[in-house]
Amino acid sequence: MRYLRKHLVLILGLLILVYTFVPIFVVVLMSFNDPASKLIYRFDGFTLANWRHPCGAEDMCSSVVTSVEIGLLSTLGATILGTLAAFALVRHDFHGRSSMNLLIFLPMAAPEIVMGSSLLALFVGAGFAGQLGFWTILIAHIMFCLSFVVVTVRSRLAGMDDTLEQAAMDLYATPRQTFWRVTFPLVFPGILGAALLSFSLSFDDFIVTNLNAGQTTTFPLYVWGAAQRGVPMQVNVVGSVMFLVSVVIVVGGELNSRRRMRALA
Amino acid sequence: MAEMVRRRGRTGYLLLLPAALWLFVFFVVPFYSLVATSLFDPGGSDAKGYDMTYHVANYWTALKHYGKPESWTNLGPLLRSLWYGAIATGLCLVLGYVLAYAIAFKAGRWKNLMLVLVIAPFFTSFLIRTLSWKLILADDGFVVNTLQAVHLLGSDGRLLATPVAVVAGLTYNFLPFMVLPLFASIDKIDHRLIEAASDLYANPIRAFFKVTWPLSLPGVVSGTLLTFIPAVGDYINASLLGSPNQRMIGSVIQQQFTEAHNYPVAGALSVVMMTLIVAMVLFYVRRAGTEELL
Repeated sequence: MRYLRKHLVLILGLLILVYTFVPIFVVVLMSFNDPASKLIYRFDGFTLANWRHPCGAEDMCSSVVTSVEIGLLSTLGATILGTLAAFALVRHDFHGRSSMNLLIFLPMAAPEIVMGSSLLALFVGAGFAGQLGFWTILIAHIMFCLSFVVVTVRSRLAGMDDTLEQAAMDLYATPRQTFWRVTFPLVFPGILGAALLSFSLSFDDFIVTNLNAGQTTTFPLYVWGAAQRGVPMQVNVVGSVMFLVSVVIVVGGELNSRRRMRALA
Repeated sequence: MAEMVRRRGRTGYLLLLPAALWLFVFFVVPFYSLVATSLFDPGGSDAKGYDMTYHVANYWTALKHYGKPESWTNLGPLLRSLWYGAIATGLCLVLGYVLAYAIAFKAGRWKNLMLVLVIAPFFTSFLIRTLSWKLILADDGFVVNTLQAVHLLGSDGRLLATPVAVVAGLTYNFLPFMVLPLFASIDKIDHRLIEAASDLYANPIRAFFKVTWPLSLPGVVSGTLLTFIPAVGDYINASLLGSPNQRMIGSVIQQQFTEAHNYPVAGALSVVMMTLIVAMVLFYVRRAGTEELL
């Protein structure tokens, strides 16, 4: 009883953590499901067929490909633009700093439905109503990933000591050498983290995409459509893979940084 | 740390220009388009085009159809969204606070691992997660059967297609937005202050409300905002877990834009929603005395 009282908060916390994993268990379980009917979404029997033929569900794989393409391109765009801006914000002096900070903060705080419908209003107003699709989705995704990249890279840069760079300069490294051999490798983990965040934001986005997609179908849009007609179990295979990949990346990053800390100590 | 010298000159502007331009053209300008759209002549169509007639009555049309509560039990999409968002935010605050507190103060060397575990489930697609809840809360599922067995739910009672399911989905899906800022705040609290409180004969509950809670307020404010804003605008939970009686405002805006092509009214609804949220956020931040967060 004393034990329970002493650890009550920790036990409650762990229970909440378990609760957040409940749907993930269901996703993994359902990826092995052999459905009796397309319309009833429940576990009927065990099969490996969904994992063996993930593309058995009509049109699902092409939607995944579209999402990956948009994800990679918007990550590339947002990471480049955002990293440049983060350098400017931390390392350079300019007029209008506070309005720039506001411009970066607002897209993270604005509700997606308002952001998406505004963008649609712009496209329609500019006469692009018929051309909605891949490129309009890409524009939107770069827009909402950008702020997250700036914030992530900026915090990495701001927390960085510049003594190493000064040492390089003292040892007669040119500014270019200093940048590529010292500054960039030090900031790189921040840029990588920002890129991963961008990709997952882009890959998972539904509300903004749905408004600006036209006839193009990304993976979330495919799942949305399937939810009205009957969900193919292969969707859960994609869900499980997404979960596994991100856990490997996140846990791998964590272990790597621990190893480095130990090497430094 | 040595004070970093900020360089002056053109380079700063050049580095900033592409991002600033992108955000200006695709984030700021669209707001003007949205406001303009909300004032277009409602008689227009895709084929004819829309004329700018400063038709403020679009706002009345929008509010009459979607903003007016039908009765005490049927609030209409606009008020319902704010109400569901508020309840979900409250539930997230309770769950998130316990979790963040446990990670910050009780997890010891497992702190980082627990933090990673908080985010991990949310890397699976939002829609797939929500579909899982549909299965968990299904009519002959484990949860419903258990609740029926203990008579918390009538023998023909259900969870799906009720406000409970929608709010539960919202609470689940936006929990990390609450936990992370709360953790950042609680983790910074100096333990000695809490020890001092108990040395001065405060019982643990009093020490919590006099020391820990006030010091964690910045996290509470940013966590509740980060949860409330997307929860109000979300319509995935309401559509997948609810019925048309739980329809939320985001769904109306989306449908008016992409299916009904009723741009002026949809635009007006978007503007109303944005204005309400900004007003509520400003009021709330003033009350909490944390303006510096904005």
